[in-house]
Amino acid sequence: MPRTRTPVVAGWFAGDGDDFRLLGTRCSSCTSVFFPREDSHCRNPGCPGGDLEEVPLSRHGRIWSYTDSRYRPPSPYVTDPELPWEPYALIAVELESERLVVLGQAVPGVTVADLTVGMEVEIVPGVLHEDTETVWTTWNWRPTGVTA
Amino acid sequence: MAADGGDGMTEEVAVLGAGMHPWGKWGRSFVEYGTAAARAALADAGLGWRDIGSIVGADTVRGGYPGYVAGATFAKALGWQGARVTSVYAACASGAQAVNTARAQILSGLADVVLVVGADAAPKGFFRPVGGDRPDDPDWLRFRVLGATNPAYFGLYARRRMAVHGDTPEDFAQVKVKNSALGALNPYARYRKQVTAEEVAASAVVADPLRLLDICATSDGGAALVLAGMEFARRHGARDPVRIRAVSTVTPRYPNTVLDLPDMATDSAAAVQPAAETFRASIARAAYEEAGIGPEELSFAEVYDLSTALELQWYEDLGLCGEGEAAKLLREGVTALGGRIPVNVSGGLASFGEAVPAQAIAQVCELTWQLRGDAGDRQIAGARVGIAANQGLFGHGSAVIAVR
Repeated sequence: MPRTRTPVVAGWFAGDGDDFRLLGTRCSSCTSVFFPREDSHCRNPGCPGGDLEEVPLSRHGRIWSYTDSRYRPPSPYVTDPELPWEPYALIAVELESERLVVLGQAVPGVTVADLTVGMEVEIVPGVLHEDTETVWTTWNWRPTGVTA
Repeated sequence: MAADGGDGMTEEVAVLGAGMHPWGKWGRSFVEYGTAAARAALADAGLGWRDIGSIVGADTVRGGYPGYVAGATFAKALGWQGARVTSVYAACASGAQAVNTARAQILSGLADVVLVVGADAAPKGFFRPVGGDRPDDPDWLRFRVLGATNPAYFGLYARRRMAVHGDTPEDFAQVKVKNSALGALNPYARYRKQVTAEEVAASAVVADPLRLLDICATSDGGAALVLAGMEFARRHGARDPVRIRAVSTVTPRYPNTVLDLPDMATDSAAAVQPAAETFRASIARAAYEEAGIGPEELSFAEVYDLSTALELQWYEDLGLCGEGEAAKLLREGVTALGGRIPVNVSGGLASFGEAVPAQAIAQVCELTWQLRGDAGDRQIAGARVGIAANQGLFGHGSAVIAVR
C-alpha cells in the first residue's frame, strides 16, 4: 500500500520541485510578512490590522548562521533508536526581500564543513521521517552550488 | 517615556537576606532545595518565617504539579502561617519576575517584607518540552520539526559571532577557563574544578562550533532572598543594606530581528524599521535608565552564560564594550577578577549549571554578597554597583541592578 505524504505542519509549505515554497502570510494594510504564518491578526503594533493573505516566501536566501546536532534530539523529534545517530546541519537563512531569518535543516549529506555565513542557499522539499503509513515532509535548505 | 513602561527611577527596596542551597545533582525534591535556601535567607536577614507577610515562588515546570504552584508549596514546607502568596513563571527569567513581584508589593504598600524563593530539580540531558502533541506551541514545534535543542541555538549565535566579529573557539574556551577558576572559589557552585583551554578543546562537539564544556549543564539548586521596604529595613536595624535600584522586565519591540529561542524565524523587517538596539541591549538599557546609572559606573556584572559565546555577547549588550569588542575585553583580562569590570565572579552558569527558576535569584544573591564584602576569596574590592542580566524564553527580559 502506498504511503501518504503528509506535511509535518499543515500550511507552512507547498509545491514540488522548483515550485516548492515556504508559505507565510502578508498583512494587506502594512505589508508585514509572517513566518510561521499569522492568520488571526497582524503583529505589527503600529498597524490597525489588515487582511492576512497567504504569500510564498523567496526561494533563495543567504546563510545568517549554521550549526549541527551531534547528539540525538529528544522527543517530539522522531528518530529510530535502533539506528546510529547521524548528525544533520541546521541553517538560519536570511531572506532579502522579506527581511527575516528562517531556520531549517540542511539537505541530507550537507555538513557544517560545507557551509559559510553569507553563502547562497535555496529551499527544497525534504523528508523529515517515515513510518509504516506516512512520509512526513518538510523543507530543507540546500547550497545553490550543490545539485544532488 | 510611556513607551518604555515607566517614567524613570523608582524607589529602592532593601535586600535583608540572601541564601542558597548548593547547586548539583542531588536527586531530591525542588521543595527541599527551596526551603533550605529560604531558611538560609531568613537566618541571614535575622528574621523568622512568621515575620514574613508575603512569599513569592518562581515556578519549575519539571517538578510536576507542585512545581507550578511553587509559592504555596514552599509556604507549606516552611509551615503554613497565612502569608500572601504568589507563584510566577517566565522560564529563565522567572527569578527576576519573582524579585519584581516582591518589589512591586513592597513599593505599593501591600507588604513590608517578602520572601522570594526559586528552586529546581533538573532532568538529565537536553531540556525538552513537556509531553503531548501541541502543534500550536512554538517550543514543541521547534523540537518536532527541526530537532532544534537549546544548544543548537547557542551554536547558531556562536557561529554568527565568529563570522561577523572574528571570535574564535579559543576565545570561547577562555570564558570557560575564567569562569571555572572563579567557580572553584564558590562553595555554592556545582563544578569547582579549574578547567583548561585544552580540556575545553578536547571535549565533544555538541552543536558546532560549541563543545560540551562551552555549554552550561542543567542542575538542581535553590536560591532565596528576603526583600523589604527601606523603612522596614531601618526599623529592623539594617542601616546600610544592599538595595535593589532597578528591575528590568521588558519585552522585545517589533520587529525582533535576532532569532530567539524557541522561534523558527525572526519577525520581518520589511515593513517596519527595527530599533537600533537588539532586545538584549534593551533589557540592560531599561535597567540603567531606571537606576539612573550607566555601564561605566558598574563594579561588576553577573550575566547568563548559557554558553561561553553568549557571555561575550552580553558584554556588548550591557555596554561594557562596543559591538564586536567582547573577545578583546576578555583577552585583556578586563572581565576577570581584578579587572576593571569582572563578569560572573560567582563562576556563572559555567560553574553552576542552570537551575531555571532559581538562577536569576542566585544572581542577585551574588550581587548581595559582593556588595556587602562577604564574597570570600572571590570578593571584588570596593564593589558598589552590580548588574545581573538574563533573558527568558519567549521574550522575557530580566535585569537587576543592586547598589550599596
